[in-house]
Amino acid sequence: MNVTIVDYNSGNISSVINSFKEVAKDKVNIEVTSDLNKIKSSDKVVLPGQGSFKSCVGALKDIKGLVDTLNDFAINNKKPLLGICVGLQMFADVGYEEKETKGLGWIPGKVSIIDNQNRKYKLPHIGWNEINIIKDSKIFKGIENKSHMYFVHSYEFIPEDKNIISATTDYSSSIVCAVEKENIFGTQFHPEKSDKIGLKIINNFINL
Amino acid sequence: MLKNRIIPCLDVKNGRVVKGINFVDLKDAGDPVEQAKIYSDGGADEICFLDITASNENRDTIYKVVERTSKNCFVPLTVGGGVRSVEDINKLLNCGADKVSINTAAVQNPKLVEESSKKFGSQCIVVAIDAKKKGESWEIFTHGGRNSTGINAIEFANKMENCGAGELLVTSMDKDGTQSGYDIKLMTTISSNVNIPVIASGGVGKLDHLAEGIKSGASAVLAASIFHYGTYSVAEAKQYLASKDIPVRI
Repeated sequence: MNVTIVDYNSGNISSVINSFKEVAKDKVNIEVTSDLNKIKSSDKVVLPGQGSFKSCVGALKDIKGLVDTLNDFAINNKKPLLGICVGLQMFADVGYEEKETKGLGWIPGKVSIIDNQNRKYKLPHIGWNEINIIKDSKIFKGIENKSHMYFVHSYEFIPEDKNIISATTDYSSSIVCAVEKENIFGTQFHPEKSDKIGLKIINNFINL
Repeated sequence: MLKNRIIPCLDVKNGRVVKGINFVDLKDAGDPVEQAKIYSDGGADEICFLDITASNENRDTIYKVVERTSKNCFVPLTVGGGVRSVEDINKLLNCGADKVSINTAAVQNPKLVEESSKKFGSQCIVVAIDAKKKGESWEIFTHGGRNSTGINAIEFANKMENCGAGELLVTSMDKDGTQSGYDIKLMTTISSNVNIPVIASGGVGKLDHLAEGIKSGASAVLAASIFHYGTYSVAEAKQYLASKDIPVRI
């Protein structure tokens, strides 16, 4: 099996690579590439993302044919894809970080700044927070409700269809932190930085 | 609920762990990768490496240490010391650091904070502030606490927030190495003046100091010697905070 981590100059992805390689060992081949043919022929795709919504979407578009290839992979061919952090946020129609930017439009909704309740809460939301699992998700197999995951973000994904939300976390308000829509998975937290429990989520995705 | 973070810090010199008292008088004590693994297995919420003599010496050893650590520890890793340029930050991130802390260069060239937070995202840019009491306020120092700047710490903290820093790592020069507790007033003043998380540093000698640090308004507490010399384990520190009703990840 081949799992491809999309390398599209979206910032620091070495931790994502290290964690997937740690979980995959010799059983699964982990590719790190932006080569369209390799993405097409892989069994699963991981879409990481750090920095701003605008810069990540811009970086995706800078690689000719990448957005179309990802659309084919996830929407037409319905193969498993996992978005992490801004990788998940880009599923939305639109994001408002820096300036209004169109997303991939895979899951209707928007990405807005977290309401800090008049500076009562610090932003970014950084650190370990508990997740409330509200729907059985294949990537949460063996993960207990209220497990701690590592977060670092200032913007949140607000999907229109609440049925695709698989977990939330409580900060200044209830924040969507995991989604599952058919073959498309996303986590706002960083499984690659969430110690053994995070590696388990990665293992679940690899073994889908 | 967001938990308060405990961050053990390892001072690294030539690829080996050391810890000084008031930034001088170093002792050598072990492999940073093994130490980091012990910390993360013990429940450390993040790991911090400070390459203390990086300003003066060959830095290549730290890149190898970061690379090995990131293949063995799956909690966030912050690396600081001698970070001067966008290229330095890029190299550390590529080796597997999750955040980079900038001290002297942020003072000399605030644009570096602005540029790097735009390029890599605020989430990976930590500005380290070394502050010393001066009258009713605090002054910041650079070069590992050796050079005074005349710059007010509170004003500088605000400026760094505006430049795009994701977090501030605030060390009290007066308290560092004394084991007499954080400079609580400094932590309270800075964290109430900025809207980004503050990591309290400098002066921890016993577990109650960690509790005081959290109560001061800091989002995370950093300590080196108490963990490094095995006075307390990270797990003991967390149990203690939990017993004081301070939310931690256990």
